[in-house]
Amino acid sequence: MEKFTMVEAIVAPLDRPNVDTDAIIPKQFLKSIKRSGFGPNLFDEWRYLDVGEPGQDNSKRPLNEDFVLNQPRYQGARILLARENFGCGSSREHAPWALEDFGIKVIIAPSFADIFYNNCFKNGILPIVLNEKTVDDLFTAVEQNPGYKLIVNLPDQVITTPDATTINFDVDSFRKHSLLQGLDDIGLTLQHVNDIRAYEQRSCKLTPWLFKDMQCK
Amino acid sequence: MAGKTLYDKLWDSHVVRQEEDGTTLIYIDRHLVHEVTSPQAFEGLRLAGRSLWRPAANLATPDHNVPTTEREKGIVDPVSRIQVETLDHNCVDFGITEFGMDDPRQGIVHVIGPEQGATLPGMTVVCGDSHTSTHGAFAALAMGIGTSEVEHVLATQCLIQKKAKNMRVTVDGALSAGVTAKDVILAIIEKIGTAGGTGHTIEFAGSAIRGLTMEGRMTLCNMAIEAGARAGLVAVDEQTIEYVRGRPYSPAESHLPQAEAYWRGLKSDADASFDSEVLLRAEDIRPQVSWGTSPEMVVSIDDAVPDPQQESDPVKREGMINALNYMGLEAGMAITDIQLDKIFIGSCTNSRIEDIRAAAAIVRGHKVAGTISQAMVVPGSGLVKKQAEEEGLDTVFIDAGFEWRDPGCSMCLAMNADRLEEGERCASTSNRNFEGRQGRGGRTHLVSPVLAAAAAIAGHFIDPNRLEN
Repeated sequence: MEKFTMVEAIVAPLDRPNVDTDAIIPKQFLKSIKRSGFGPNLFDEWRYLDVGEPGQDNSKRPLNEDFVLNQPRYQGARILLARENFGCGSSREHAPWALEDFGIKVIIAPSFADIFYNNCFKNGILPIVLNEKTVDDLFTAVEQNPGYKLIVNLPDQVITTPDATTINFDVDSFRKHSLLQGLDDIGLTLQHVNDIRAYEQRSCKLTPWLFKDMQCK
Repeated sequence: MAGKTLYDKLWDSHVVRQEEDGTTLIYIDRHLVHEVTSPQAFEGLRLAGRSLWRPAANLATPDHNVPTTEREKGIVDPVSRIQVETLDHNCVDFGITEFGMDDPRQGIVHVIGPEQGATLPGMTVVCGDSHTSTHGAFAALAMGIGTSEVEHVLATQCLIQKKAKNMRVTVDGALSAGVTAKDVILAIIEKIGTAGGTGHTIEFAGSAIRGLTMEGRMTLCNMAIEAGARAGLVAVDEQTIEYVRGRPYSPAESHLPQAEAYWRGLKSDADASFDSEVLLRAEDIRPQVSWGTSPEMVVSIDDAVPDPQQESDPVKREGMINALNYMGLEAGMAITDIQLDKIFIGSCTNSRIEDIRAAAAIVRGHKVAGTISQAMVVPGSGLVKKQAEEEGLDTVFIDAGFEWRDPGCSMCLAMNADRLEEGERCASTSNRNFEGRQGRGGRTHLVSPVLAAAAAIAGHFIDPNRLEN
């Protein structure tokens, strides 16, 4: 995973609550057995006027000019500003894969669905929770100022606005560390092989019916 | 010291190690695998040269992409076919038991887990699918995970997590006739909202919950995720133990006394405290129908489509206006005036034998309304289908004009050929009414199997009690 440090980028506002992962990446694109290439189909049903299918040349499809990511002023956005319960619904990791492939590195919202929030960190995306008032103010600022950019500094956990106002944010220390270092969770867990084996031996005595395949000492 | 909640007990008994900041490695007893969210995980293992930690802890079946008709012809869509074949190959390569497309035990992963006894009380159960919360009906800590976590579990049999908060939703009293577990969970979601359970594990408690069958409890926990909670739970009682006894993956006779004694402890202590509590009266719950594009947009069958102008929160009001627009509905319209095009009885929420029996009881002796272009029943597994056929329920549906299909996820998410066309309106026993969920432009109303069956006959939503008269 790519290391995450600082992002300075245009902010695209997606002003609707409960954006679900079906909307982020519709089901027909989940048939892929690959991890990459989902970006062109991010928000497919909102972004294009026709019906999207896997394997299309997306550059030739009719765009919905009204959709925020198609508007010229938000081109190159790497920060997505969203509303409450962003990423609800299906656990599909294809959702962060699509966002990441599109170029989104940071999502700011008043709340996220748990599974999606967790999936973001595994893919180098930083989801930031800010209170509703702050998110409201950001929506207004983005709307009123074309080219509005934010600087997101993960090491210091601070967002800086164009007028140099700073907004602090919380992030779990373990996840922050993994994101900054681009660490592989599996590699980390496999450092604790002995703990896992010890757990299995303990549980083997307590709940032997769950370990029928193992030799309990 | 205060007692422990059921979630506390399940969590504590699966801690492998814990860091000072609360980051915890928890052990996973059962991993269910399907074709959509696993190929990239197996590929990741190959690229890193990693093997499976414990092959026997995994159980796989294809469900999302499988055709529900003419299965002997195979999968027509080449992209779907490759995904299902990839699962077959991965299971062979990594030594995982798979109920393949032609296996009589194949079905929706959340139906076959409990059916096989592969889901047992006290387990941790995960799957790359958000509706894994279903298995919490057995007092198993069960949750959906992403594909990176699927790979993590395959390689280590563990997950890195932080503990969630405890929420208890208590439903006391007696449910009225025709009110099902589906209505209970929809009423709960309507009350607490789709983000109401975010960051929490919900324990469902109270006399109305204890009165539900195991299949009803599965329906309830299935949609905990629609209330924002990654996991839902119901405490063990004698019904739980009775259900799991004697299934293929259940404990051997020799372990049974020890297992049952252990399982009986899987309930919250009387003095346990919860971070939040929600109360509902069973008598207040009427048959529910969703009207919008989020599972919290629900009213009862006797109500009208709500008016966004009555909503004070501007973000919510805008959401309601968008939803009504997408759904092609007018505020104030009676729910029973909503005319339908298609009926779908199936999905991991409502495709078990009791669901099919309940729908058949309504359908028996009636015909599907002429205005309904398609009505289908998709059993949750090959074994559910077989059981229903032994009871003659297939004939009841077919005689009425329903299609009787092979098991799979089908039109719940329309990854196979079963889907809604632009503008079509469906009474569906599934779990999500999101825009485009059942097909681009399709309009989904979430209901119980009883209401879906009644709607098939009337052509519009109707209180089943009125249909009988």
